[in-house]
Amino acid sequence: MSLIDYFKARKKTTASVAKERLQIIVSHERTQRNQPDYLPDLQRDLVAVIRKYIPISDDMVQVSLDKTDDHSVLELNITLPEAS
Amino acid sequence: MAEIIVVTSGKGGVGKTTTSAAIGTGLALQGHKTVIIDFDVGLRNLDLIMGCERRVVYDFINLINGESNLNQTLIKDKRIDNLSILPASQTRDKDALTIEGVQKVLDELKKTYDFIICDSPAGIEKGAMMAMYFADRAVVVTNPEVSSVRDSDRILGILQSKTLRAENGGEPVREHLLLTRYSPERVEKGEMLSVKDVEDILSIPLLGVIPESKAVLSASNQGNPVILDEESDAGQAYKDAVRRLLGENVEHRFLTASRKGILSRMFGGR
Repeated sequence: MSLIDYFKARKKTTASVAKERLQIIVSHERTQRNQPDYLPDLQRDLVAVIRKYIPISDDMVQVSLDKTDDHSVLELNITLPEAS
Repeated sequence: MAEIIVVTSGKGGVGKTTTSAAIGTGLALQGHKTVIIDFDVGLRNLDLIMGCERRVVYDFINLINGESNLNQTLIKDKRIDNLSILPASQTRDKDALTIEGVQKVLDELKKTYDFIICDSPAGIEKGAMMAMYFADRAVVVTNPEVSSVRDSDRILGILQSKTLRAENGGEPVREHLLLTRYSPERVEKGEMLSVKDVEDILSIPLLGVIPESKAVLSASNQGNPVILDEESDAGQAYKDAVRRLLGENVEHRFLTASRKGILSRMFGGR
């Protein structure tokens, strides 16, 4: 590798920035695809109920629905704040 | 057996109508009876790109509503046998498109045509949903640019869930990636996503790469589908794509920057 190539390689090209950003947003949006329309509402309601007892923020609750051939699993992930 | 191919993208301005015109014309040139339908109700443009804007009498919605028959409504191309255009309505709104109405017209066209190309409007509203609903195959037109790639991925999700094939649970819609406005020079400088980058993200088979080309604008200026400009890089790239669509194995061209000689640099050229 010549010296010029070395300096060139250090700076990220805008195309590689674009690719990284796309990979992240696209994979995020794919997980939300195929989810039923009621899921965001369900998530909002769950947060409201839990908040009656524990102070949590919206992003601490993850709701997802996984379908397999013969059954579906509704998965609920709640990250509790420290020291609770 | 007629095949229905939707040309779609999500994002506007990436080359759906240019592609519909080119691919439809290319299939007809190969001897297949082809009709191109403009689904962009209210903003029809396929007629202009195909150069038949002054011959529009009846439109797709008239046909759906039974106000005209197939013979009166289809515009036969003057350059190529086997090719017809079904223009969109310019005055109605997109709610005039219904699943039953579109199905009725498609069923009738299937009797005489080998290929039915559905030129989708941008977005994911009614017109776009109707254009892809009955599709057997989809050509997803994408520019090497972040918003276009993201929208294409969204469209792929819809093709996999909101089409007749998805609802029936049978063979899914066959997806093809067509990368347009590609500039190998800019890719080599790291300024533009490469073919491989876009393939990595969307992970669907590549139908073709159409280079950024002056020929596209000059073809549309004149109302000629660019595939008829056989000298141009874009015309040749579309021709290759049509052959691949028909199952031929054709090597991809125009993927690397051309090293221009001093003469062509001085005098331009395509």
